[in-house]
Amino acid sequence: MTTAPGRPWRHPEFRRGAADMAGVSLGIGAWGLVTGVAMVKTGLGAGLSVAMSLAVFAGSAQLAALPLLAQGAPLWVVWATAFCVNLRFLIFSAGWRAYLGALPRWRRVAIVYFAADLNWVYFLRRFPTPAAAPPEAQLAYYWGGVASSWTAWQSMSLLGIALADVIPTRWGLGFAGTLALLGITGSLLVDRATWIAAAVAACAAIAAFALPWHLNIVVAIAAAVAVGVLIDHFRPVPPGPVATGDEPS
Amino acid sequence: MSFTYGLLAIVGLAAITVVTRGFFLIPKREVPIPAWLREALRHAPLAALVAAIAPDLALTDGHLLDTWRDARLYAAAAGALWYWRTRNLLGMILVGTAVLLGLRLALGW
Repeated sequence: MTTAPGRPWRHPEFRRGAADMAGVSLGIGAWGLVTGVAMVKTGLGAGLSVAMSLAVFAGSAQLAALPLLAQGAPLWVVWATAFCVNLRFLIFSAGWRAYLGALPRWRRVAIVYFAADLNWVYFLRRFPTPAAAPPEAQLAYYWGGVASSWTAWQSMSLLGIALADVIPTRWGLGFAGTLALLGITGSLLVDRATWIAAAVAACAAIAAFALPWHLNIVVAIAAAVAVGVLIDHFRPVPPGPVATGDEPS
Repeated sequence: MSFTYGLLAIVGLAAITVVTRGFFLIPKREVPIPAWLREALRHAPLAALVAAIAPDLALTDGHLLDTWRDARLYAAAAGALWYWRTRNLLGMILVGTAVLLGLRLALGW
C-alpha cells in the first residue's frame, strides 16, 4: 500500500505510534494536570495559563519558570532557566537529525517541536536505525505518537487550569509542581557526580538568594555544572550516559 | 504579575521550546556536538531544576525556614521517600500532595 506523504494518518504505522504512546498517556496526563493547576496557582491568570500550555508545551520548563514569574524575576533569568532545563533536547535533536535530515530545514524544526522526551524514547525503540523503515512509515509512527501524547497533555493541562480556578489557593496545590520537579530531579541523580552537582546547586541557590535579579539561579547552575564536569574529569571511569530524565512530556 | 510581563515570558518560553527541540536540525549541514558541550549538557538540566526548587523548599519570603511546622517539608520528604522506594513519579506527586493537604487543612501548617 502506498500512502500520500501528506497524509500520515492513513498509514498503519500512525495507529501503532498512537497506541504505543497511549500506554503512557496516563502519566503524561497526570503531569499535565499538575502543571495546569500549578500555572494558575502561581498567579498566571487562566488566559495566560492556556496560552502557556498550548504554546510552550514543555512541562519541566514551565514548572521551573513559574516560581520565577511569581516573584517577578527579570525575563532573561526566566528564559535562561527554562533554556537550561531544556538543554537535554539538544541531545535529542542531534539524534533526530539522522532521521529527518533529508527534509527541508523548517519542516524538520516544526516536526520536532512536538517531540517530548517520551516521543524520542519510543521512536528510537521502534526505529533503532534510520534505515530500518521507509521515511513515510517513520513519520507516520511519529505523528501517531504525537497525536496521543499531545492530546493527553493538553486536555489534562486545560482541565487542571479549569480545576485550579475553583480550588482554594491556601491549600497550596501549586506545590504539586515542585513535587513533580523533585521527582524529575530524582530520576537524574544517577551517580556520585550528579548527587554532588545537585547538592552544590541547592546550596548555591539558597545561599545566593539575596542577589538581585534572581542571579542566584545563574550562580547555582554555573557552580553545579563546573563541579559536575570537574568530578567527571577526575574519576578514573569514563562518564556515564547523558542523564535525560523520564519526564512524560 | 502584569499581563504584558506574563505574555512576553510565554512568547520567549515558546521560542526556547522551538530552538532547543530543533537545535541541531537548524543548521543546513550536520554539526557534530563538541565534547565539552556534551559534558556540560549532562549536568545543566539537573542544576537548573535543583536551583529552581531548592529556594521553594527551604525559604519563606526570602528567609530560611524558622519553624519545623511547615507542611512543604513533610510533603517533600514523603514524596522523596515514596519516589526512592517505588521510582513512581505519579505516586510521588499523589503522596506528597496528600501529606501537604492533610497538614494544611488539619493542622493549619
